[in-house]
Amino acid sequence: MASAWPQRFGHGVAVRTISMAALVELMVLAASAVGATGLFSNDTPVSTPSIFTPASTPAFAIRHLSYFVLGICAVIFIVVSGLLTYCIIRFRRRPGDEGREPPQVYGSNQIELAWTVVPVLIVVIMFLATARYIFGIQRLPPSPSGLQATIIGNQWWWEIRYPDLGIVTANELHVPVSDPANPMPIFLTLQSADVIHSFWVPQLAGKMDVIPNKTNHVWFDAQTPGLYVGQCAEYCGVQHAGMLLRVVVHPRDEFAQWVAAQQAPAVDDPGVRGGRELFQSLACINCHTVRGTPANGLFGPDLTHLMSRATLAAGVVRNTPENLRAWIDHPDTLKPGALMPAMKLSPRDLDQLVAYLLTLH
Amino acid sequence: MNGISGTLDHPEEGAPGQLPVLARLHEWVVTVDHKRLGIMYIVVGLVFLLVAGLEAALMRWQLAFPESTVLSPQVFNRLFTMHGTTMVFFVGVPIVFGFGNYLVPLMIGTRDLAFPRLNAFGFWLLFFSGLLLYFSYLAGDGLYGVGSAPDVGWFAYAPLTSRAFSPGNSTDYWNLAILISGFGTIATSVNLVATILTMRCPGMALGRMPLYVWMMLVVSGMTLIILPPLSAAQIMLLFDRFLGAHFFDTQAGGSAVLWQHFFWFFGHPEVYVLMVPGFGFASEIIPVFSRKVIFGYALVAASAVAIGVIGMGTWAHHMFVVGMGSTPTALFAASTMLVAVPTGVKIFNWLGTIYGGRLRFETPMLFCLAFLFQFLCAGLTGVMLAVAPFDWQLSDSYFVVAHFHFVLIGGLVFTIFAAIYYWFPKATGRMLSETLGRWHFWLFVIGFNLTFIPLHFAGVLGMPRRIYTYPADRGWEVWNLVATLGVPIQGVALLLFLLNVILALRGGKAAGNDPWDAWTLEWLTTSPPPDYNFETLPEVRSRRPLWDLKHPNDPDWLHE
Amino acid sequence: MAPVLHPEALAGDWSQLSRGRAGMIGFIMAEGSLLGIFVVAYLFYIGKSLNGPYPQDVLEVPIFNTICLLASSVTVELAVRALRQGERRRVGTWLTLTALLGVVFLAGTAQEWYRLMVHHGLTIGTNLFGTTFYSLVGFHALHVTVGVVMLTFLAVFAWSGALQSPHAERAELVSWYWHFVDGVWIVVLAVVYVIGR
Repeated sequence: MASAWPQRFGHGVAVRTISMAALVELMVLAASAVGATGLFSNDTPVSTPSIFTPASTPAFAIRHLSYFVLGICAVIFIVVSGLLTYCIIRFRRRPGDEGREPPQVYGSNQIELAWTVVPVLIVVIMFLATARYIFGIQRLPPSPSGLQATIIGNQWWWEIRYPDLGIVTANELHVPVSDPANPMPIFLTLQSADVIHSFWVPQLAGKMDVIPNKTNHVWFDAQTPGLYVGQCAEYCGVQHAGMLLRVVVHPRDEFAQWVAAQQAPAVDDPGVRGGRELFQSLACINCHTVRGTPANGLFGPDLTHLMSRATLAAGVVRNTPENLRAWIDHPDTLKPGALMPAMKLSPRDLDQLVAYLLTLH
Repeated sequence: MNGISGTLDHPEEGAPGQLPVLARLHEWVVTVDHKRLGIMYIVVGLVFLLVAGLEAALMRWQLAFPESTVLSPQVFNRLFTMHGTTMVFFVGVPIVFGFGNYLVPLMIGTRDLAFPRLNAFGFWLLFFSGLLLYFSYLAGDGLYGVGSAPDVGWFAYAPLTSRAFSPGNSTDYWNLAILISGFGTIATSVNLVATILTMRCPGMALGRMPLYVWMMLVVSGMTLIILPPLSAAQIMLLFDRFLGAHFFDTQAGGSAVLWQHFFWFFGHPEVYVLMVPGFGFASEIIPVFSRKVIFGYALVAASAVAIGVIGMGTWAHHMFVVGMGSTPTALFAASTMLVAVPTGVKIFNWLGTIYGGRLRFETPMLFCLAFLFQFLCAGLTGVMLAVAPFDWQLSDSYFVVAHFHFVLIGGLVFTIFAAIYYWFPKATGRMLSETLGRWHFWLFVIGFNLTFIPLHFAGVLGMPRRIYTYPADRGWEVWNLVATLGVPIQGVALLLFLLNVILALRGGKAAGNDPWDAWTLEWLTTSPPPDYNFETLPEVRSRRPLWDLKHPNDPDWLHE
Repeated sequence: MAPVLHPEALAGDWSQLSRGRAGMIGFIMAEGSLLGIFVVAYLFYIGKSLNGPYPQDVLEVPIFNTICLLASSVTVELAVRALRQGERRRVGTWLTLTALLGVVFLAGTAQEWYRLMVHHGLTIGTNLFGTTFYSLVGFHALHVTVGVVMLTFLAVFAWSGALQSPHAERAELVSWYWHFVDGVWIVVLAVVYVIGR
């Protein structure tokens, strides 16, 4: 019968190249994996929120489980792709094979049973490990004492409240370091004011969604002081990308200082009285709170200690006088789509207002 | 006979085979022939593939550098919404069901699908709903000048989709277009199930059908059960947006998570609906190019059914970070890991087919071999994500994006290309060029892997998905840049593919009935088949009727 | 060696399910899945409305409606049997009766909705109960309406003489759809008027 196998060049070439490609892919994967896991993590800048450079018990636990799972999957990949590569090379058509069909093997009950049962066993093992970690991580840590904070997700910024300390701030979560001998876990209550967001700081914990009409909880215990970054991880509208998170972990005494500074009422600098009166006469106070003044709006971030924060607009720009001025004047240029309205002030009014805000340490 | 024929079509009186363009177009528009409708589905799918691919290219251009301003966030958010929606509903679904349309009647030895007019109806619903979705770019302006294409993501979570947070009509375009196309898909699934269960030729018991037909039976059955829940949820969203209902209105006590349950109850099995026909293609092509019968037919068929059944119980692995509680989380982790078993078993059966064979490396086989490596990788990253605590870190990150692109491109698109190169000669009577095929293959393999391997690492380094830009100090730049470099390579590969198709249609080598020396019924008839498909049919006594005809001294039915 | 799955089938003995039956079963499965989600939403939101009116305040079990609908399942079955036996006149009677019972059911539903909206102020936007109630009962009523239209067509064809015994399977398919609609009503009855109250 008609058999129109085209007589083309280089079946051998094809075979060699396929196997080379598989090998190269494996090597690329391996090399990149090593780099990404931060095995050489002395070079990893602290701002890279890698899940493989944890600093907190839940994140350590997840990394531990990940190594186990990655190990199993890596072995499976190497074995199976090795077998595939072997078969592709070994069983390619050779000259002289024309018109002869190889022995037709329809199956083998024993072999098929084996390669069904073995994966099931692997799955059972992985599931047991997984279940242990699911229940283990979500169980509360042994120490009953810890710090409570409430995170309220807004479009497109984070409201942070410390109910026990009487502090309200935005976008920067400050916590004390937790020494394993003397644990100080942080318990976060997560709520949303509008749509679904997700709280994710990879080095501290797995993410947890922030859902309206539902209260979620997540905890971590940061064991090394420093800055840990994250951001919203559930698409929440135009500026989902601009909803960054900074978690600042302080040594205990430094944290106490921070708390005291945040608990203090707003700085009342007489030199900027004009700016303060301007602020209180404008619509600013409908959205923003400055504790100790008539400004008590809840729609936007609390500005009482605005200048204690490193960034503006949920991490989009650094907190500098120029950026602050630009943010008030034309927020859409810095963060297109943000809900902060352009205040349309005259340059003189704007200068006064900014001068006032710059005193709010 | 020029071109492709259709059943029940009557060319106008006059010069035979030289119909005026308008008359030929009219034939296609009014056709109810499964072969023509199948080709129309596939062509529509490939056109949308180019459009959605362009949307992806724009996104990767924006993401190549940190803090880039090539695209505004509004435009970027519309692009990823349209890209995902188009790829699932207007590329994956039409191509999968288009092949089903074309191949199933030929493979089971019958003349057409059970309900030819319903078939045409289903196609036109899909076609017009695709146009409706894209019309939003032009006319999505609703109130307040807000609008244009939808920007709520392809899974459109509530309450972002409520009137309060999505004013204007862009979300409504998304909603209605998918709703309408869903009805078309359900109609086609009813058609395929009825055809496969009731119209097989004499002797073709269910246990003798080609494995591809088994796969189409499973996915059509699944579609009947899982697509209506999406339609129901979308009707509920319609009620919320237009009638003041509160299905997903958290202000009235409604639940945002309920949308997720409904959506993913559809959404997860849907990706099996997309991928399992790809397994069907591989199960037909790998044996022919290994010159060996499929190893373990029964296990491959049974594993398809297992994937269908178990796969309907895994949906909440998309919701591990919603705060479901430890027990549901553990249960869904278990079911998700379990569904990996029948999937992995298939890879072993294909391996067993290749083992001991005499492999030929024509383009269909090249795509299938790359599929095996890539799908292995995809399946393993899927198993990792099934480990819920791992997913607590990597859900909604670029790791997931990399995983599902490995499944859908590395798995589905590669097997679709294999299928096109394999069955194009049957449908058109012409061979595609092997040289262009190889260029297409190698460029696409390189470009695809260059784009999607780095994205695993971006995810592991903390990069979430659906962000239009990212800060410069997070260590994500190099991975994003490399990923973008793979895009033009894939683009060139696709252009070469199109060139191949065009050149072959104009004057490719004649294919004959059976250019690959294959064994299923479609290779018995002419290329292209006549309107009625088969002039005569052999009595089917085994799974490879043509092997029996070609090897009368050693037929399959002595061994099965 | 893989075992033989099926015995040798000769062309003469080759029989499979009819296309129409397979198609209608598939269609009913899809419809069942669609309505099932509305049932799930109803069950999920029981007791979660933030304000009244609440089900226990305003709902009355529609016993008469239910009897009509269940009786119509019997009449349509009788119609199909009569058609198989070729008894034309009885076919028309039973079909007309079935359609009429369906119309009575719809009228009863309309009456109930009027009472709820006008006397109790319950609309689809009032609360979660209103949202899920009108959606679920409304979708069922929509399916009843479609069924009534199909049955009316059949009745007209029966009276005109066009409907004959060879068409028995087609009438049977419509009757299957009608039984499905009745089955869904039983579920709605249980969920809305018993469990939810």
